[in-house]
Amino acid sequence: MDDVVLHNLTKTYRKGAAAAVKDVSFSVRKGELFGLIGPDGAGKTSIFRMLTTLLLPDGGSATVNGFDVVSDYKRIRKEVGYMPGKFSLYQDLTVEENLRFFATVFGTTVEANYDLIRDIYVQIEPFKTRRAGKLSGGMKQKLALCCALIHRPTVLFLDEPTTGVDTVSRKEFWDMLKRLKAQGITILVSTPYMDEASLCERIALIQDGRILSIDTPDAIINEYPKPLYAIKASLMSRLLKDLKAMPETESCYSFGEYHHLTFHREEEDSITGLKKHLEEKNYEDIAIKPITPGIEDCFIRLMHAKT
Amino acid sequence: MRTLVFLLQKEFRQIFRNKGILRLIIAMPIIQLIVMPLAADYEVKNVNISVVDHDHSAYSRRLTDKIMASGYFKLNDYSHSFDQSFVEFQKDRSDLILEIPNHFEKDLVSQNSGSLFLAANAINGTKASVGSAYLSRIIANFNSEIRLEWIAPARAGELPVIEVTSLNWYNPFLNYPFFMVPGILVVLVTMVGAYMCALNIVKEKEVGTIEQINVTPVKKYHFILGKLIPFWVIGLFVFSVGLLGVGRLIYGIVPAGSLWLIYAFLAVYLIAVLGIGLLISTYSATQQQAMSLAFFCMMIFILISGLFTPVDSMPAWAKVVANFNPVTHFIQVMRMVVLKGSGFGDIKHQFMIVSAMAVFFNAWAIFNYKKTT
Repeated sequence: MDDVVLHNLTKTYRKGAAAAVKDVSFSVRKGELFGLIGPDGAGKTSIFRMLTTLLLPDGGSATVNGFDVVSDYKRIRKEVGYMPGKFSLYQDLTVEENLRFFATVFGTTVEANYDLIRDIYVQIEPFKTRRAGKLSGGMKQKLALCCALIHRPTVLFLDEPTTGVDTVSRKEFWDMLKRLKAQGITILVSTPYMDEASLCERIALIQDGRILSIDTPDAIINEYPKPLYAIKASLMSRLLKDLKAMPETESCYSFGEYHHLTFHREEEDSITGLKKHLEEKNYEDIAIKPITPGIEDCFIRLMHAKT
Repeated sequence: MRTLVFLLQKEFRQIFRNKGILRLIIAMPIIQLIVMPLAADYEVKNVNISVVDHDHSAYSRRLTDKIMASGYFKLNDYSHSFDQSFVEFQKDRSDLILEIPNHFEKDLVSQNSGSLFLAANAINGTKASVGSAYLSRIIANFNSEIRLEWIAPARAGELPVIEVTSLNWYNPFLNYPFFMVPGILVVLVTMVGAYMCALNIVKEKEVGTIEQINVTPVKKYHFILGKLIPFWVIGLFVFSVGLLGVGRLIYGIVPAGSLWLIYAFLAVYLIAVLGIGLLISTYSATQQQAMSLAFFCMMIFILISGLFTPVDSMPAWAKVVANFNPVTHFIQVMRMVVLKGSGFGDIKHQFMIVSAMAVFFNAWAIFNYKKTT
């Protein structure tokens, strides 16, 4: 039995004029770490808010732990943990007071579930008398996770937990999620960072309210149909224009310090031909290498395929 | 029940931690009650008058002296031409011009009638109307005075003279604070209730904490009660500081009626006002919106409540508005109970209206609250 099931879930805003989520269907297995990956405005938060019963869907249905998000919302609220993208704890209460407050409103105590949050809480315990509003970003996020976990939820919804957090804290956070997963908690996490995709067991790529692909990160990468090349030379911006202008080029976009390129048809002399072509155009320091595509390359490809 | 206790605990903890709000809760009623009644005084004093005396007679001087002796007027200038005084008038230094024509005394004595000219600067309507009314009365007084003098003392007793003596019931010395303090107290309690309650809830919306609460099993009525009860208690506290503290110690106001009755009414009234606050919060997404909406409502509540101007003299539509205004009813009750010593039987009508409002506003707010989240 899957813990979270979405079936053609749809949400529109402005009386149907703007569709935020269009016919989204996927399911999350018990104990899975599932990532919802897409840029800002893709509809991730709307999906999360519908699953956590904060927003009513306009079409389709969804269940969490077998309970319908509309008719059984009360049961869902008892059993899930939700950490919104924006820090939403009481800033004028201390760390400890926030934790106690959320434990009591769920009818439990901090002590009863301390084992679940111990690893995380010990890191913020030195600041337990500090007001939540005065904590650093990483600390706030740890406290929010503690508060979302304090009633021992079976499903945890984390909406962009790593947005605006430094690299070290982000890594720590994913380590924490792995430990929670080991405890059997189903985790649904959303992120705009493609590099975090590989940390999930399965991911759904989402763009403009539509799911582009759902699979394990490796499978999505393996599905990439063509060899991908990274190209670097002097005068990068002119290079991009020239590469795009070549008739052989299928797609080309800048990616960090390289440009990523695929050909329409892969020939044996494609690379040597390209190099020659670039030398003729007086580029220096030309570097061309075949690379394994990342999730971002897959995302860009899927995005173009749709439009 | 247990959840409610924790919610209340959290709410009070947050309020007591907010030093700014705490200071406001204590200082606001004290300062407003001390300052406002002194300023909001209906008595028109210091009316500036220009006297244009063409007559220069004993009577004209006597009239001028009499006007000045009344204490309501300040002689701005004493001139010989209307044009000269009119300049003062135009410069807004003078509110009234009294012109005493040539031969005023002569006409009065020989023809048994004299005329005077009175011009009022009506930019400030109250000053113009009240000032000219005062002046007319003084002139009438002056008239009967000299007429009595002309008649031989022996015959004076035969002349029918109506003498009017007035007595101010319930406030014998027409002490304005006695009248204003109970009213201002009502406005204060209303502001504390409506504003603070609305802002507090909207703040949870704005910061996003309401989302976090909504995904917990906390029930709607728990959350709403958790918000209403603290401000209900604060309302009682502010009112007590105002009535038993400032009212009694500074103005010496001791309610003539039962304190229990006042507090019973206050308890119901606060529920109605908090309902309005709750309603405002359901219609606003940000504290700025809530503030503007609450301010708009408060302006109407205060101006059409009978605090400054009597409801009876308002146009029919305003009377209807005043009737739907909880502030009107509480001000009436306060003045009745504090000054007159009215009992429950006298304020039963207001009690029923405000109870109905408490139910109405809260029901509307709760209905709307459910719809929006």
